[in-house]
Amino acid sequence: MLTIDHLVKSFEGEKLKRRKRKQAQQSQQGDDALPSRVFAVNDVSLEVQTGELFTLLGPSGCGKTTTLRSIAGLETPDSGTITVDERVLFSAKGSNGNGRAVNVPANKRELGMVFQSYAIWPHMSVFDNVAFPLQVKPRNQRPGKAEIEQRVHRVLETMELRKYADRQATKLSGGQQQRLALARAIVIEPSLLLLDEPLSNLDAKLRESLRYELKRLQRELGITSIYVTHDQIEALALSSHVAVMREGNVVQLGKPRDIYQNPRSKFVAEFIGTSNFIPGTVASSDGGHYSVETTEGRLTLESAASMPAGTEVVASIRPECVGLHTERPGNVPNVWEGKVTTRAFLGDAVDHVVVVGKHEIRARCAPTVSVEPGTTVFLHLEDDKLSLVPID
Amino acid sequence: MASVTTMLRSAGRADAAGWRRFVPTPKVLIVGAVIVVIGYLAVVPLYYLLWGTFFGADGFSLAGFGRAYGNDRIVGLVGNSLWFAFGAAILSLVVGTGLAYLQVRTDVPFKSLFFAASIIPLIIPGILYTIAWIFLASPDIGLINAALKPIFGGAVVDVFTVWGMIWVEGLHLSPLVFLLMVAAFRSMDPSLEESALMSGASRWTVFRRVTVPLVRPAIVAAVLIMTVRSLESFEVPALLGLQNGIYVFTSRIYFTLRTYPPDLPAAGALATGLLMIAIVGVALSSLAGRGERTYQTITGKGFRPRPMELGRWKPVAGAAIVLYFALTVVLPLLVLVYTSFLKFYRAPSKDMLTSLTLENYQDLIHTSSAMTALKNSVLLGVGSATIVMALMAIAAWIVVRSRIPGRKLLDHLSFLPLVVPGLVLGLALSFVYLRSPIPIYGTLFILLIAYVTRYLPYGMRYAVTSMHQIASELEESAQVSGASWWQSFRRVLLPLLAPGLVAGWIYILVVSFRELSSSILLYSPGKEVLSILIFEQFENGQFPVLAALGVVMVLTLVVLVSVAYKLGAKVGLKQD
Repeated sequence: MLTIDHLVKSFEGEKLKRRKRKQAQQSQQGDDALPSRVFAVNDVSLEVQTGELFTLLGPSGCGKTTTLRSIAGLETPDSGTITVDERVLFSAKGSNGNGRAVNVPANKRELGMVFQSYAIWPHMSVFDNVAFPLQVKPRNQRPGKAEIEQRVHRVLETMELRKYADRQATKLSGGQQQRLALARAIVIEPSLLLLDEPLSNLDAKLRESLRYELKRLQRELGITSIYVTHDQIEALALSSHVAVMREGNVVQLGKPRDIYQNPRSKFVAEFIGTSNFIPGTVASSDGGHYSVETTEGRLTLESAASMPAGTEVVASIRPECVGLHTERPGNVPNVWEGKVTTRAFLGDAVDHVVVVGKHEIRARCAPTVSVEPGTTVFLHLEDDKLSLVPID
Repeated sequence: MASVTTMLRSAGRADAAGWRRFVPTPKVLIVGAVIVVIGYLAVVPLYYLLWGTFFGADGFSLAGFGRAYGNDRIVGLVGNSLWFAFGAAILSLVVGTGLAYLQVRTDVPFKSLFFAASIIPLIIPGILYTIAWIFLASPDIGLINAALKPIFGGAVVDVFTVWGMIWVEGLHLSPLVFLLMVAAFRSMDPSLEESALMSGASRWTVFRRVTVPLVRPAIVAAVLIMTVRSLESFEVPALLGLQNGIYVFTSRIYFTLRTYPPDLPAAGALATGLLMIAIVGVALSSLAGRGERTYQTITGKGFRPRPMELGRWKPVAGAAIVLYFALTVVLPLLVLVYTSFLKFYRAPSKDMLTSLTLENYQDLIHTSSAMTALKNSVLLGVGSATIVMALMAIAAWIVVRSRIPGRKLLDHLSFLPLVVPGLVLGLALSFVYLRSPIPIYGTLFILLIAYVTRYLPYGMRYAVTSMHQIASELEESAQVSGASWWQSFRRVLLPLLAPGLVAGWIYILVVSFRELSSSILLYSPGKEVLSILIFEQFENGQFPVLAALGVVMVLTLVVLVSVAYKLGAKVGLKQD
C-alpha cells in the first residue's frame, strides 16, 4: 500500500554550522572535521499493508516525525521514493527507474493528517473545519453543497460531534478537538491517514480511553494509518506493526508482541518496557540453544539470534518474567539466589529489587506476593523468556 | 511572660500609632510624589488645551472652530489628512506584511537584511528621511529625476504631492508593520496552514482562507496604528505638503501658529480635532488587539516552525527584498552622505566627483549653533530618560506589586500621552506655560517637560515588563528579613530591574534625539536641538551642511541603537 524506499532527509543545523566554524577556527582542521548536515532520516525503507495501523516509534529526534512529514509532503527528502497505491508521490532524481524527479505537492497528495496540536482553525466553526477539505477540492471534483453538508454530518456523526456542528471550534474540549481533527482528516476518505502524536496533548485518563476509541474507529473504517508516537504503551496497544526508530534509522520492525518479547538490541529492550540486563559471554551455541557465562553463573536460554561462542552479549529479561520464590525451585536451570533490597507496591503489581552478586534484578510479582526486604529469595530466569542482544 | 510584655508594649503604643498615622513614611512620600507628578504631566496639558480652545478673552466661544474649519476648509483638510494617512497605512501594511510573511514562514534569501531594515526607523529620524527623499525625488533637484531626465525628457517623480507624501511616510512606517506582523505570524501555529495544505487547498487558498483570517486582528490593529501615526506625522506634511499647499491637520496647526498673530484658539480647535481622531483610532486598535487573544488559545506542544520552500519564486522574493532594502535604507543614506561632501547641492557628474570636500564637517565643528544644538539634545535626552525611568521604576511597582487603590488609573495615566500627537502636546504645553507665572517658557525646561511627558508610556512598558519578570517572593523575603520598603526596593528590586531600566533609558535617549513635532512649537531661538537645527537649515537651503549634520546624527544613533538592541534582547524586550 505504502512503500518507502531508501528515504534520506538531512537538515543544515544552524547550531552545527556555528560550532563547526568555531572549531575550524580553533583547530584549523578544515571542513571535514564535523559533518555539515544532520541526518534526520537516514536510509529508511518501509512497507505498509492496506488496512494496517503502522506505528513509527522512537524517542524525540529519532526521525519519526520527519518521516511522516515526508510522506505528507510537508518536507522534501534528499533522496528515496515514496509510493502510495502505485502512485509515486516522491522520487528524487535517479531513485526510480526512469530517473525523473517526482514531488507531488502536499495539497495534491490526497492524504489525511492529524497534527499533534490538532491545528483546528480557530476562526471556523466545527462544521466549517470539516467541510474545508471538501470545499477546496478542484472544481470538477468538488461535491455539491448538499452533498458536502451530508458528508460532513455523516463524519461528525461517526465522531459523536454532530450536536456541536455550529459551535466555534475552539470551544470544544481537548478530547472533542482531537475527534474533530480526526473527522477533518477522514472526510475526504483518504487512502492513507497520517497521525502525528495525536494523543500526546491529552491528560493520562483521556489518553487511555481515546486510545481504544482510535483503535475501534480505525478498524471500523478500515483506513490504512501511519501513527507516530514516542509512547511505547500506545504503540503496543494500537499497532499491527511497529517500526522502532533511532537516530534516523529503523532499528527493529515487527509485530508488537515480537518486538516486546524478542528485542534485537539493548536500545529496543530498554525503550519498550523495562528490562533487566545481564552481561556475559556466549559459552556455546547449538541451533538456538545457548549457554551464556556470566559473573553469577551460567545461563541457558533459547534465542533466534546467531552469536558464535566467545561473543560478548547481554541477556535481557522483562521484570514480569522473573520468577520470585522464597524456596529453591527444584530441578530447573537458571536459578539465582539473592536478597530483596527494596519493595514497591504499584497497585496492580509489586516490584521487588533483588541483589544477586553485583547485579540488581527487578522482579514484578502479582499484588498478592510481598516479600520483606532483607529476605533471601530465589530468582528463576526461565530459558524461553530470556533474550540475547548484542552489547552496544 | 513574653506575651504579657508584648501586650503591654502594644497597649503603650496604641496612642502613638494613632498619632503616627499622620507622619508620612518614605514609602508614602515617594509613592505619593510619583502619582502626583505623573498625574500632573498627563492631565494638565490636555485640560489647558481644551480650556484655551473654548475660552478666549471674552468667555466661552466656538470662534476658533469656525476659523479653523470654516470656509469649507474642513473638506479639504479632513480629505487630505485621511487620504494621506490611509494611503501611508495601506502602503506600509502591504509592504510590511509581505516582508514579515517571507521572513517568518519561507526560506527567502537575505534574511539578515531584515534585521537591518527593521531598525531603520529608529536610526534615521523622520526629518532626515523626508529630506533624503526630497534630494532623491524633488522635481527640480531630485537625483532620480536627474538620472531619468535624458530618457523621459522631464521630471518623472514628484515627491511634493499627496502620493509622494504617502510614499515617504509609508516606507518609513513599513518596518513597524513588519515588526508587528512578525510577532503575529510567529504566534501562529504553522500546522494550521499545513493542515489546510494537507486538506488539498492550494497555497493561495491557504493564504486567503486560513492565514489572513488568523492574523486579521493584527492586520486591523496595524492599519489603525499606522493611520494614527501618519495623522500625527509632522515632518512629511510640513516639508512635502506645504510646498504645494497640501494641508493636513499637523501642517495646518503649524501654519496657523506661524502666521502673525498666531491664532491660538483656531490651532487649539485643530489640535482637539486631531486628538479626537487619534483617540478613536487607538481605542479601536486596542479593541482589535483584544480579539487577537481569543485566537491564540490553541498552539501545539511540538511547535516547530518550518520554513516553506519558495522553489522557483525564490529569486523573485530575493530581488524584492534587495529592492526594498535599497529603497528604504541604501538610497536615503547614500544621498545624505553624497550631499554632505558637496559645496553646493547638485546632481552627480564627472567634474562633481573631483570637487568633493570635507568642508561641511569642519563647518559643523566651528559653528556654535551645531555644537549648542548637540549639547542641548544630549542634555534633554539624558535628562528626560533619567527622569522617566526613575518615575517609572516606582510607578511600575505601584501598578504591579502594590495594593494601592486606583493603581490601574495610574497605569492608564502613564499611557495617556501615547494618544496625544506630539504637535498637540507642544501646543497644549505652550497653553500651560505661556500663562504660568514661573518663567519656564523659552527655556530648555519646557522641552524637558514635553519629552518626559511624551516618553512616559515607553518608560512604563520597559519598567512594567521588567517588574513582571521579578518574582514577588524576592521582595517578600527581603521584607521578612527585616528590610523596610525603601531598603527592599533599593537593595533588591532596583538591581534586578536595572537591565530593563537601562534598556528603556537608552531607548528614550534615542527617540528624544529624533523628536521634532513637540519641540517645533516650544523651542526658542538659541535653544535649538539637533532636529530643530536641521529643520531650520532646510528652510534656509543649507543642504550640504544639513546633510553633514544628519550623517553625524545617524552615526551617533547607530551606536546608541545597537547598545539598546543588545540590552533589549537581554531583558527580552522588543522595540518598536
